[in-house]
Amino acid sequence: MAKKQAVSFRLNGREVDVAVEPRELLIHTLRDRLQHTGPHIGCETSHCGACTVDLDRMSVKSCTVLTVQCEGAEVLTIEGFEQGGALHALQEAFTEEHGLQCGFCTPGMITRAYRLLQEIPNPSEEEIRYWMSGNLCRCTGYQNIVKAVQHAAKKLSPTPA
Amino acid sequence: MIPREFEYHAPTSIPDALGLLEQFGDEAKLLAGGHSLLPMMKLRFAQPGHLIDLGKIPELKGIREDGGDLRIGAMTTENELIWSPLLQQKCPLLVEGARLVSDPQVRYKGTLGGDISHGDPANDHPAIMLALRASFVLRSPSGERVVPADGFFVGTYDTLLAPGEIMTEIRIPVPAAGTGSCYAKLKRKVGDFATAAAAVTLRMEGETVHEVAIALTNVGPTALKAAAAEASLRGKALTDASIAEAARLVMSICDPVADQRGDVEYKIAMAGEMTQRALRTARSRAH
Repeated sequence: MAKKQAVSFRLNGREVDVAVEPRELLIHTLRDRLQHTGPHIGCETSHCGACTVDLDRMSVKSCTVLTVQCEGAEVLTIEGFEQGGALHALQEAFTEEHGLQCGFCTPGMITRAYRLLQEIPNPSEEEIRYWMSGNLCRCTGYQNIVKAVQHAAKKLSPTPA
Repeated sequence: MIPREFEYHAPTSIPDALGLLEQFGDEAKLLAGGHSLLPMMKLRFAQPGHLIDLGKIPELKGIREDGGDLRIGAMTTENELIWSPLLQQKCPLLVEGARLVSDPQVRYKGTLGGDISHGDPANDHPAIMLALRASFVLRSPSGERVVPADGFFVGTYDTLLAPGEIMTEIRIPVPAAGTGSCYAKLKRKVGDFATAAAAVTLRMEGETVHEVAIALTNVGPTALKAAAAEASLRGKALTDASIAEAARLVMSICDPVADQRGDVEYKIAMAGEMTQRALRTARSRAH
């Protein structure tokens, strides 16, 4: 076995230290070592987006990132969205708009939508479909996912004066 | 899917990266965005003993204009190309092409230099670089050389990048004012490679083609520069007939491999169609 390397990064605002082989993928570190099982393993080939996490203000597929690449990084997973018992606006919007059926893609969808709304606070439907296209929903519930992202954008936008 | 064991190195300067490359030789692979190499390592098609991550080297990043050139650090990501006001203004072809690469998550990690130096004819930037007459800066311990895109792509996964060299920068002559361009890409779905794609840059003089470049993605062992099609258009009006003739010349140099995206005949036909669409769109954008 190759020598393990110590890697430190921030996960949902909390400092974490792990010792991993260089070949360990971030999704496995998150799920198996750090018990963050929100990011899901879907295709394992960087197609489906179920393993999407936010890494240094980028949406990335954690099945295609090595944990050793994350030294000093800021990582956000679905577990970091709820604050003090209150759901994040995106979580509320996905509930209210029925933006999920089986729910398998949902953590990746919400994590990706979070970064999208940081970059484009009021996206059009076309923009949502373009910028969310790296996340697949096997239930094909896209219509309500788009509505949920639009709804969350309204909730998050500053109240008009 | 877990890669074979390897040692990981994260140099913070180009000389350090070159030193590691020299030290480990054939055992080493350079890691850029990782969205071609890591999947190959997970499938164990690639099994490097040493992985040299270029992601922590600041001087490999950035987009700037210098003299008549756009200079782009090799580790600049697709997403950074897309959002660059400088490129949006001066080189919209590169922005249009980057928007069609894979999907949003991949574009946060995938890099311009990685896409080019991987030597995969299915990648989008090789054809775009040919159409933009780009050149590449290749650094080795003994210095650097600048090689034009035309001639860089030798074969599938084979380029002029020598063992021991690192691509550090991409240089693109700023397209002349009034240049029209287009990257027309046919793909089955988001995230897929092109079935066929055509990159075009076009300068008109009145109703006459003053200068044109045409290059193709994924219809041969490398990206293809369509020199005969270009020559057929120079000095001529852009008409249905001249566009059809250029497409015919493009189709005559295609040598695609049949796969799930289509058979050989279909792919060649689509290369012709993408060429026609790219020429018409580039014309509508030229002034």
